[in-house]
Amino acid sequence: MITSLIRRSIQALFVILAMTLIVFIGVSVIGNPVDILINPDANAAERTRVIAHYGLDQPLWRQYAIFLQGLLHGDFGDSFVYGRPALGLILERMPATLELAFSALVIALVVGLPLGLYAGLYPDRLSSRVIMSGSILGFSLPTFWVGLMFILVFAVELGWLPSNGRGDTAELFGVRWSFLTGDGMRHLLLPALNLALFKTSLVLRLTRAGVQEVLPQDYIKFARAKGLRESRVISVHVLKNLMIPVVTIIGLEFGSLIAFSVVTESIFAWPGMGKLIIDSINLLDRPVIVAYLMMMVLLFVALNFLIDICYTLLDPRVRMDGRA
Amino acid sequence: MPLLDVQSLVTEFPGAPGGPGNRAVNEVSFAVERGKVLGLVGESGSGKSVTGFSIMGLVDRPGRVTGGRILFDGQDLASLSGEEMRQLRGRRIAMVFQDPMMTLNPVLTIGTQMTEAITAHEKVSRAESRARARDALGQVGIPSPEERLSAYPHEFSGGMRQRVAIAIALLHNPDLIIADEPTTALDVTIQSQIISEFQRLAETHNTAVIWITHDLAIVSRLADDIAVMYSGRLVETGPVSDVLTDPRHPYTAGLIGSVPSQNTRGTRLRQIPGMTPSLGRLPSGCAFRTRCDRATEACATVPPPETHEGARGFRCIHPVHPELLTQ
Repeated sequence: MITSLIRRSIQALFVILAMTLIVFIGVSVIGNPVDILINPDANAAERTRVIAHYGLDQPLWRQYAIFLQGLLHGDFGDSFVYGRPALGLILERMPATLELAFSALVIALVVGLPLGLYAGLYPDRLSSRVIMSGSILGFSLPTFWVGLMFILVFAVELGWLPSNGRGDTAELFGVRWSFLTGDGMRHLLLPALNLALFKTSLVLRLTRAGVQEVLPQDYIKFARAKGLRESRVISVHVLKNLMIPVVTIIGLEFGSLIAFSVVTESIFAWPGMGKLIIDSINLLDRPVIVAYLMMMVLLFVALNFLIDICYTLLDPRVRMDGRA
Repeated sequence: MPLLDVQSLVTEFPGAPGGPGNRAVNEVSFAVERGKVLGLVGESGSGKSVTGFSIMGLVDRPGRVTGGRILFDGQDLASLSGEEMRQLRGRRIAMVFQDPMMTLNPVLTIGTQMTEAITAHEKVSRAESRARARDALGQVGIPSPEERLSAYPHEFSGGMRQRVAIAIALLHNPDLIIADEPTTALDVTIQSQIISEFQRLAETHNTAVIWITHDLAIVSRLADDIAVMYSGRLVETGPVSDVLTDPRHPYTAGLIGSVPSQNTRGTRLRQIPGMTPSLGRLPSGCAFRTRCDRATEACATVPPPETHEGARGFRCIHPVHPELLTQ
């Protein structure tokens, strides 16, 4: 177990290293930040000075080496736009995005799992068909359109909920969170629902498919033949087998929730990382883009790691004994 | 009074929309006494397993029992509520399945799967149920049962898993065990051990056993009575020694004839010509007539009624030894 953990960490390190190369070169190829950063009226001497200041006159391999060196010290360089460390900028915005993504995930699980379970256990009921048709809507409606409709209906027409910003926040562990205040909750609800819609449908369909796969298995029939109560058959025998695919997908989807909350954050003016990265791409703020992408790489690597651990807890046939 | 008395049992699966249902089990009647073993024999798809599941009340939807009665210890099982039926399952009627690789839940420990079977029927402490599970494992010959309780099914071989399933079936000393081809998926040496164990355990507890199989050798060794099933109907019933040595129904005779040891070495193995007809397209009259060399036009009119001959019964109008009938 320990050796495999160590080996996994080394593998993860290589993944991260490979990603730094791809990200760095990728970002260097698109556009020239100098055109945006420097006042067009500036003279040639000033141009050279600024270019030298950001290290843009160095050959690419040296820029990369400098970047790697900084990385070892947790330094992604200063933002071209804000003139502050890029990492700090991102970490500042991170709680807002995490809060949004996590709320969406909770909604997706709390709504998707029971509905999927119901639709899987009673596939012939009318209500199950309604649920499944609804999930197709959740799957196919574009997030941005649903977001706009939410604002139109709940914020503009009915006036029940606010449509932008985080509202009041309260501090916990030195970070400000919206979900701790009533006003913050009201602000969180619409964007979280918007972000959760697709994932809810995903969890729902996954759960239903899982139930229908597990129910005809002999071990379910045997569990009934033992005289177990139906509640135990469902909550232990069916659910535990069901959780294996669900946990895998949920883990990966949580990463994508964070990485791709861009649309929802833009629509609801939610001050998270997604909005920051969009602005940074528009302004070619390389350090921020690179730092953001690296954070995402780290996030996915960490999530995969966690999923693997969950796997070994859920499925005894999977063991991290190094042979797998 | 027999422990289990099945009377004209019919289990149907829906056929084409609007049409009649397909009878997987058709007017099946048999009885099992305490301490006796009934061998229920037939090809795949003949309805043996569905008969077992009908008794357990576990027929897969959309199939359901539509006719007849199942009297267990004098009580009509159809009159029981879902909860009463649940209390019967596992406690008084237990079942062992065909494929030990699929019977145990892969993500739960053996201990969990055994103790839950105990606590489903009795209020006992965790420690006590674990102790009983451990003893049950030891009883079926699993070494170091205490440690094996925390093992998962994939850590056991197929034979060991089947022993675990049998141990689970025996936890409450049931009155009736339905064993659905429990040795088919196992190799021959393990098969033999399991059969002996079954015999011993059933004898010590005076348990009635329905042993579902297609293997006549096992039946001749283990069973007291035999019931031969074909396309949902029982075509021949009676004491094993009588039926196997002197079959009445051509199908039974064909089954006995196709046992490899009955054939002369070097010749082609004998077999019954044709295939089992699908339930939706059964021939009129006797379902076996299209594969039977004794069939005449009379066989196509109505399903042959049951002819009784002492403790035996068969459904054929041209039985293999007709001279005995005329006496």
